[in-house]
Amino acid sequence: MARKTGGNIKDLLFERTTGAFAFLVLFLAALLFAVLLRESMPALRKFGAAFLVTGTWDPVLDQFGALPFIYGTLVSSFLAVLIAVPLSVGAAIFINEFAPPWMKTPVSFLAELLAAIPSVIYGLWGIFVLVPVLRDWFMKPVTKYLGWIPLFKGPVYGPSMLAAGVLLAIMIVPFILSVSREVLATVPQRQKEAVLSLGGTRWEMLRIVIGQHCIPGIFGATILGLGRALGETMAVTMVIGNRPEAILSLFQPGYSMAAVIANEFTEAVGDVYLSSLVLIGLVLFTMTLAVNLAAKWILTKMVARASRGI
Amino acid sequence: MENVFEIRDLSSWFGENQVLKMIRMDIAKNSVTSVMGPSGCGKSTFIRCLNRMHDMTPGFRIEGEILLDGTNIYSEKVDPVYLRRRVGMVFQQPNPFPRMTVFENVAVGLKLNGRNLSRADIAEKVERSLVMAALWNEVKDHLSRSGVSLSGGQQQRLCIARALAVEPEVLLMDEPCSALDPMSTAKIEELIEDLSEKYTIAVVTHNMQQAARISDQVAFILMGELIEMDKSGKIFTNPSDKRTEEYITGRFG
Amino acid sequence: MGTISFRRKALDSTMKALFFLAALLVILPLFLIFFDLLIKGAKELKLTLLIDLPHPVGEPGGGIANGIAGTLVITLMTMLWSVPTAVMCGIYLAEYGRGKFASAVRFAADTMTGVPSIIMGIFGYILLVLPMKRFSAWAGAAALSMIFIPVVVRTTEEMLRTVPTTVREAALALGIARWKATLRITVRTAWPGILTGILLAMARIIGETAPLLFTALGNQFWQTRLDQPIAAVPLQVFTYAISPYEDWHDKAWAGALVLITMVLVINIVARVLTRRKR
Repeated sequence: MARKTGGNIKDLLFERTTGAFAFLVLFLAALLFAVLLRESMPALRKFGAAFLVTGTWDPVLDQFGALPFIYGTLVSSFLAVLIAVPLSVGAAIFINEFAPPWMKTPVSFLAELLAAIPSVIYGLWGIFVLVPVLRDWFMKPVTKYLGWIPLFKGPVYGPSMLAAGVLLAIMIVPFILSVSREVLATVPQRQKEAVLSLGGTRWEMLRIVIGQHCIPGIFGATILGLGRALGETMAVTMVIGNRPEAILSLFQPGYSMAAVIANEFTEAVGDVYLSSLVLIGLVLFTMTLAVNLAAKWILTKMVARASRGI
Repeated sequence: MENVFEIRDLSSWFGENQVLKMIRMDIAKNSVTSVMGPSGCGKSTFIRCLNRMHDMTPGFRIEGEILLDGTNIYSEKVDPVYLRRRVGMVFQQPNPFPRMTVFENVAVGLKLNGRNLSRADIAEKVERSLVMAALWNEVKDHLSRSGVSLSGGQQQRLCIARALAVEPEVLLMDEPCSALDPMSTAKIEELIEDLSEKYTIAVVTHNMQQAARISDQVAFILMGELIEMDKSGKIFTNPSDKRTEEYITGRFG
Repeated sequence: MGTISFRRKALDSTMKALFFLAALLVILPLFLIFFDLLIKGAKELKLTLLIDLPHPVGEPGGGIANGIAGTLVITLMTMLWSVPTAVMCGIYLAEYGRGKFASAVRFAADTMTGVPSIIMGIFGYILLVLPMKRFSAWAGAAALSMIFIPVVVRTTEEMLRTVPTTVREAALALGIARWKATLRITVRTAWPGILTGILLAMARIIGETAPLLFTALGNQFWQTRLDQPIAAVPLQVFTYAISPYEDWHDKAWAGALVLITMVLVINIVARVLTRRKR
């Protein structure tokens, strides 16, 4: 029994070894940030904060500003969320509350499938199927009759902010759907029964119960979806039209932060050009980080409320 | 009759909270000792001190000595891993390792012990342990079935076999029957009696009838203190301490 | 006892119908996309697609063999160092992870999972392409591992946490050293879940394009050297899709069909694994 630390050394070694890998992960995250920061320094020093609001993108004169891309990213993402959230929440309500029980597994499976499709395939479908359909069946007619409204001004080419927004919406639906379903499932059965037993219709019950319990959770899901939309690259690049201008009309081509990096990175000659693209990457990184943290915070708070039985 | 365990002034704390108070006890070789008391009295904490299971609990502190064959098990010279091979434990909820067969469950202690036994040796020891745990006949044709596919009572006997396979001297049992049906409980009580010929056994139980049935000695613990310890016959018919009498007659928990 | 007013009933039915419509619209794109993939992809789907190298513009025929090889090479490279790193890190977090250090590691991993994949491409470019002065499979794998590792760290830790304490206790009570108990019993118990996490992450990086755009870059020719630009199926799909040539568009669909098949097969294998080994 008096055998000393033979085993203890191995235990310590194991803890240290696994700890070293954990440190490596931490280090990689820090390295990522450091690398982005360092490479965007030249552009930061040259343009400063004005970079965020300048609209010029001129490789010849080495003048760069991120405004059109920030605009494009935000508009396409918000549009996507605007379309995706009502659809996702509606679908979640249908699946959880109205659909027969056997439908739940296949539907979850299909939603997972949607989430597994690579971005480039969405983009491919976007170019050859979605954009022509949107152009001929929606944008051209609308611009003909409502083209005086700035949002719908022509000329219509096809690739546009709208196309990007719709495609992004399709892509983020699975995530918002699954979180919404989870949120809906936390509503206590008793509460639902209470409203129904008072003579409410199903819709009235849902309206009350969701209004009371689910708003923060659904809001959190929305922000989560927004975070994903902000960072989407390939699908957006392929349907947004790649015009570096901030234009009000949804039917016009635009650009996004991720798209400009994807398209121009390999052609960027000169320190300032490349550094500007990296700086755009840093801005994008910060934006998605902030949004994801907000979503997590909201969702954790919501979980805490639910567990307290509110 | 020699003593396997000699416990001297054992006190323990979880953080600021004192759980055991100056316990003095001897556990004789090849005896069956029951440790009983109301919920929360510290009996499980006590028994887990005997194989240093609390080493993993942050904030746990101990004073006093627990002597196993004369050596304090909490001394720095003692390797807790090695200690636990001499002092085995069976838990309240049967917990065979999931994703392992019946055979693998019993063999795992032997394989991971660094002893490098041959396959034949291991097979022989597995069979012997299952025989001792009164499970062999029920599983001998099903050794490659998953451990968790057995019934509750069988799983607990599997856990006993698993503990016996590493050839301990002492077997600690923390309410081994409380999750089982009466028939399985009876089987295990019979098993404990048989095992006590070769092993020293300490059983935590909240079932007084069980304590009366199976044990040689009974220790009554209340709020972390050892109130009384005596032959089981005497404790249940003529306890010395008034608190023991109150517990036995059901006046509290 | 009265009945519910007609107005309320109508509203209830309308909302029900709207919800149903929403569910339909949500599922619809999936069917459309798969339908198109099958129809349009089948056009160019011959054996030559998988075996041949790309032909120059204008010449019909050719295939994506180099892309398939490249994808396999990059994926294997990535997983070679990412799997051990991520699993070991996950083990650390689950078994020893209680202090500030562990929280920092978790935060780092969580953050990285939310980073757009194109940023990981920038990382690979700066870290490897610039110093090496060339695009390479190394850089592509570096970028992809920044996506793979954080995801697998989380799933590994989660799976290990589902192993009940009683299993760990029973292992220690047998007198098995802690490190052995962790590896040979706890990890073994959680292994199907951990493996599923690894496979799902693998399916994800196979489909990634953005991180490879300026790391691996792509290559028209057969090339499996690790320090040179290398082809990958998603890159080829992208290049063909945005090109102005009709038959390249067809190849894009066919390549997409090959890609989605790879992704789906791995996904299905991963799920079957979890279901079976319960």
